[in-house]
Amino acid sequence: MRQLRFDKLGAIIAALALGGAFIAPFATFRANRIVAGEAKTIVESLPQPWSAAVLLVILVGVLVAAMRSPAILRLVAAFAALAVLALGIGVAASHLTPEGNTYARVSPASGFWVMLFAFGLLAADALTRLRPAPFMRIVVLVAVLAFVGMLLLSGTWDGLSILREYASRVDTFWAEARKHVTLALGSLVAATIVGIPLGILCHRVARLRDGLLGVLNAIQTIPSIALFGILIAPLGWIAANVPGAATIGIRGIGVAPAFVALFLYSLLPVVANTVVGLAGVPRDANDAARGIGMTDWQRLVGIEFPLAFPVILTGIRIVLVQNIGLATIAALIGGGGFGVFVFQGVGQTAMDLVLLGAVPTVVLAFAAAIVLDAVIEMATPNTRQAEAA
Amino acid sequence: MIEIKNITKRYGETAVVDDVSLTIAPRTVTVVVGTSGSGKTTLLRMINRLVEPTSGTIRLDGEDNRSLPGYELRRRIGYAIQGHGLFPHRTVAQNIATVPTLLGWERARIDAKVDELLQLFQLDPADFGPRFPHELSGGQQQRVGVARALAAEPKVLLMDEPFGALDPIIRAKAQDDLLAIQKHFETTVILVTHDMEEAFQLADRIAVMDKGKVVQYATPAEMLIKPATPFVESLIGVSERPYRLLAIEPVLSAVEPGSADGTAISSTLSQREALAELLWSGRSALPVADPAGAIIGKVSLEGLAKRAAGPV
Repeated sequence: MRQLRFDKLGAIIAALALGGAFIAPFATFRANRIVAGEAKTIVESLPQPWSAAVLLVILVGVLVAAMRSPAILRLVAAFAALAVLALGIGVAASHLTPEGNTYARVSPASGFWVMLFAFGLLAADALTRLRPAPFMRIVVLVAVLAFVGMLLLSGTWDGLSILREYASRVDTFWAEARKHVTLALGSLVAATIVGIPLGILCHRVARLRDGLLGVLNAIQTIPSIALFGILIAPLGWIAANVPGAATIGIRGIGVAPAFVALFLYSLLPVVANTVVGLAGVPRDANDAARGIGMTDWQRLVGIEFPLAFPVILTGIRIVLVQNIGLATIAALIGGGGFGVFVFQGVGQTAMDLVLLGAVPTVVLAFAAAIVLDAVIEMATPNTRQAEAA
Repeated sequence: MIEIKNITKRYGETAVVDDVSLTIAPRTVTVVVGTSGSGKTTLLRMINRLVEPTSGTIRLDGEDNRSLPGYELRRRIGYAIQGHGLFPHRTVAQNIATVPTLLGWERARIDAKVDELLQLFQLDPADFGPRFPHELSGGQQQRVGVARALAAEPKVLLMDEPFGALDPIIRAKAQDDLLAIQKHFETTVILVTHDMEEAFQLADRIAVMDKGKVVQYATPAEMLIKPATPFVESLIGVSERPYRLLAIEPVLSAVEPGSADGTAISSTLSQREALAELLWSGRSALPVADPAGAIIGKVSLEGLAKRAAGPV
């Protein structure tokens, strides 16, 4: 006899979502951007029949989550609930804001975030159970980003406080975004170009390995703000004393020290993973490669590097995600990036402004992690997959 | 012809290979036997200069092996090792094609060679060529390893415990295959092993190494009859001697005139197999048939016993 049975993780997700839907407030309304707000439930924030529809989809999602159900059904339910939440918060914003009032702010409240977390967890859990191929994971990511992009372009979210903040900072937002990505990616590229040869050198020269990895480890332990500070003096000196340095943008504060600091932080994962990857190349394969007449260079390019590549890519993934987060701090020394909004927001006690800096950073880091994980899996020779299976 | 002259390899104070001289005839199988640490692998690796000797010379067909850069020398000499050393990220066909590709052969010639070798090693090219090494059994991986070593048609093939990782049944088959292939390509094979059984099975000549020195270099029969030192004797195994002696010669050379009852035994089997058959069937003589099936005489317990006796 088939019985309906509870799913352990699903029951927790369901409880969270129910709490988010009926106990915690859905949206917060504030008369202007810095006063305390009043909390609104789903029924208060949304017009009929929107509130009924949102509640219905959420309840179905809760039911699917709580019971044992096929992973694909759980995924659909999770995405449906997430989509309804995303649409609903936009509708709530225009519904709660009085006509023509540009000072009033509507932002998602705790209930919204809790439900977003619960259904996000449900979606992630369902995706894990489905074990999609690397390419499919990227497709799902692109679809989700396209959906979010559509909501942004269509103006559904225009009434939300975070987009109000965006609207008044359109120009700086994209300039800071560019700086942020340039800082994170540029330092990664530089670290890869320098780090991989250094790793190869460490692999070949055992005495160099301990020394260099020790130094890089020590750098990693310096707190980021301290490292930015430490760099001000030498870079300032270079700018003042080396001809031409200042013209190419080297200065004690600004982008240069931020770039150098991120570069230094990136070196350890790249170098260490290159060393580990090369050390993991089977001895037999290396011996055979030499024995049948490959030159050192041919062996490096044809055998060692391809076999070490997935491990090196893992290092690059660590660096990219780490840099996207760390680049936020660059704003403190005038390096720009999304951190500008975070620190301005903290200074003005305007949470919406903080979110304008934080949300894109999180989305960027998350997307980078998914894409690189997929690439690593695709680059791994199927020997490893076969062993893992 | 490979002439090894006064070759020595020292690591610090210890001589791993100590003043070794050997001359290896072309188109033969020479097996270097020794315990671990005897220097046999180092000796082998000095032939293709994976290890550079401290002193002494090695000549291949009269040419000093230092007259070429090491990697070019190694492309001309086949090299197969224990655990096959296949490249895990390349297919079987790509693995076998490695040296021809390094030598810049044309694509069509490489493909033809890969197919030929796979067929020779009883692996269907269409089926096995595109597979990855981890998709093969241990025996198949080992065969591909040898096929890769032979791809550029080297005159010399160096093998370092090539069958060490195989189970006994597959190992026996791999040894037979090696001998067939060696005859087919007329390759000079130098094989290193610690297994005396394997040495007697494969070798035209055996070199026994102990503490960096070659203590005896002789044919299997000579080695059995006149072991040079107690070490060689212990390596052969005192209780194994008569059987090893019989194992070297075919039944053909033990045929006596006369007839016997029962099923005939083939003249191409070893005398050891004939003895086993006699003992197992409880008879004193067996008829012997030539490969065509004609009875050419008999082989007797008494006759074999005489042949198995050592020098007095």
